[in-house]
Amino acid sequence: MTMIQDAPITSNSSAAKAPRRFQALIGFGLAAVVLFGVAPVVLGDFRLSLLAKYLCMAIVAVGIGLAWGRGGMLTLGQGVFFGLGGYAMAMHLKLADAEPGQLPDFMQLYGQLDALPWWWKPFANPAFALAATVLLPMLVALLLGLLIFRRRVRGAYFAILSQALCAALAIFLIGQQGTTGGTNGLTDIQGFFGYDLNDPLNRRTVYFVVAAALLAVLGVAWQLMRSRYGELLVAVRDGEERVRFLGYDPANVKLVAYVVAAGMAGLAGALFVPAVGIISPALIGVVPSIEFVIGVAVGGRASLVGPALGAIAVAWARTALSERLPSAWTYFEGLLFILPVVFLPGGLASLAGFLRRRRAPEEVPA
Amino acid sequence: MTGLSVRQLRVVFDGFVAVDGVDLDVPSGDVRFIIGPNGAGKTTLIDAITGLAKAGGSVTFDGQELLGRKVHRIARLGVGRTFQNSTVFEELTVLQNLDIAAGWSRGPLTLLRRRTSVPPEVQHALETIRLTAARDQLAGTLPHGQKQWLEIGMLLVQNARLFLLDEPVAGMSHEERDATGQLLGELSRDHTVVVIEHDMDFLRRFARTVTVMHAGRILSEGTVAEVQADPRVQEVYLGHAMEAGNA
Ligand SMILES: Nc1ncnc2c1ncn2[C@@H]1O[C@H](COP(=O)(O)OP(=O)(O)OP(=O)(O)O)[C@@H](O)[C@H]1O
Ligand SMILES: [Mg+2]
Repeated sequence: MTMIQDAPITSNSSAAKAPRRFQALIGFGLAAVVLFGVAPVVLGDFRLSLLAKYLCMAIVAVGIGLAWGRGGMLTLGQGVFFGLGGYAMAMHLKLADAEPGQLPDFMQLYGQLDALPWWWKPFANPAFALAATVLLPMLVALLLGLLIFRRRVRGAYFAILSQALCAALAIFLIGQQGTTGGTNGLTDIQGFFGYDLNDPLNRRTVYFVVAAALLAVLGVAWQLMRSRYGELLVAVRDGEERVRFLGYDPANVKLVAYVVAAGMAGLAGALFVPAVGIISPALIGVVPSIEFVIGVAVGGRASLVGPALGAIAVAWARTALSERLPSAWTYFEGLLFILPVVFLPGGLASLAGFLRRRRAPEEVPA
Repeated sequence: MTGLSVRQLRVVFDGFVAVDGVDLDVPSGDVRFIIGPNGAGKTTLIDAITGLAKAGGSVTFDGQELLGRKVHRIARLGVGRTFQNSTVFEELTVLQNLDIAAGWSRGPLTLLRRRTSVPPEVQHALETIRLTAARDQLAGTLPHGQKQWLEIGMLLVQNARLFLLDEPVAGMSHEERDATGQLLGELSRDHTVVVIEHDMDFLRRFARTVTVMHAGRILSEGTVAEVQADPRVQEVYLGHAMEAGNA
């Protein structure tokens, strides 16, 4: 066995490649400089909290990139997990905002309740609420995934099912006005773990928390993509039936990516609440769930940073366009979804790879 | 008993009987060729053994009943197969393909980390299938013949003891056929090999035993010479392919 050495691993696949450690360190460093150094200096308070909102979208997008780009699951229902995380956080913040012994303001307003519903009670505990923002979506995804993937639901059926779940959750929340705030959602959130969210300085801090969360989420996705699991996930995406003959149950492989993506969406929803001050059914339903995916398609679903950048770009374009031409946005959004799917399936990320290859043709492996 | 043992196997697609009461014994260490005209049910037989097609009857490998188990459970019992049109993971490299094939028993901690070295069994398989130089190439860019070898390599690292190969040399050049035949010889030292094949020349050179299927049934079985001498086989093949080598 003398010929067996620790040979270096190289991969030339665009779809199966995660950035190497050195490149990745530089990339993370650059991102950190931009997010923590440049953005807070150049952007005013208002723009910076808009960016915080976009970064929340980017966190969802990283998860979609993993589940859809690498795992082939068109997750058109991330609003469910985003919403679970958002509501878990907002419930805690509403309870913390309320005077001691009082119900949250909207419950008093609708006036049908004498006491806090039992399922609100645990969210008074900050540790429980924080854990729930991520673990609750993951648990729901685990149960859903066990049902869905074991039954070999996939492709368009999976996408439609995901959409239906979003619609169901939104309709449920709207119907329970007394305990969930109904269509309005949970609004007027004042404080964030003791810090006043009306204070611009604290809002800046929230931005930094969101930025740090995005970097952490990218780190998790990077490790998953370059791991053996990441390779297996691509194999399942490209040959789900084939991997069975290698002794794997593809349902379990997909389940992991689905659950991780749900956790990321939950985290994003939780951070969205202090960043924007609201969570409501309109933010988690069918349309926002599709919008999450559009950013990922634009940026390049199978790459690591493509989904995040695409999500930020689309969210920014949405704000810019709908400020000026509110009616045009919907059409533009439709185009944004169709164009990459038809003309550039790898998204903008593949454009970068294309340019690199044109500049350095000698790099093409023999 | 060791090896593959098939009893009264029956596969029905919407009323059409594709495999009709097949009995087949392949003792361990054999290199068995299965031949038969198009639509004879050869692929369906392998589909049934590997859990892809629902079947009645009984299939045991090394004493373990296979029918009724899920595809991935059957694979874990040491039954590996290739497909008529190759099905490697084209977006992954040769090394990644092999590493995945070697990995179903890996624990979560190993899976969540990066591969830092080439596992010994993968290195060994790379040499056996003569793809060491193509290790970091995308599997999709390999020529057809090398894709088939990669599939065989995947079975090797998967620790399959029974190899079910569906037309492995179809579309291969003469040199590739020879190399594949040699490879089969090497494999047969510690594996049981079943090969579906149309190529009579290849069959004569590398088969140890032959089973002829026709219309979902076993028509004839024996050594190459015995099978070629069987008048029923000659009738099914209408002379053309068999007769050429019947001298
Ligand atoms: N999924 C299926 N549904 C319906 N009929 C099928 C199915 N798979 C195979 N058949 C039929 O079963 C019969 C046997 O097919 P099979 O693929 O096993 O033949 P084969 O011996 O492998 O032929 P070839 O040499 O052409 O590969 C054929 O008539 C085929 O049309
Ligand atoms: Mg066939």
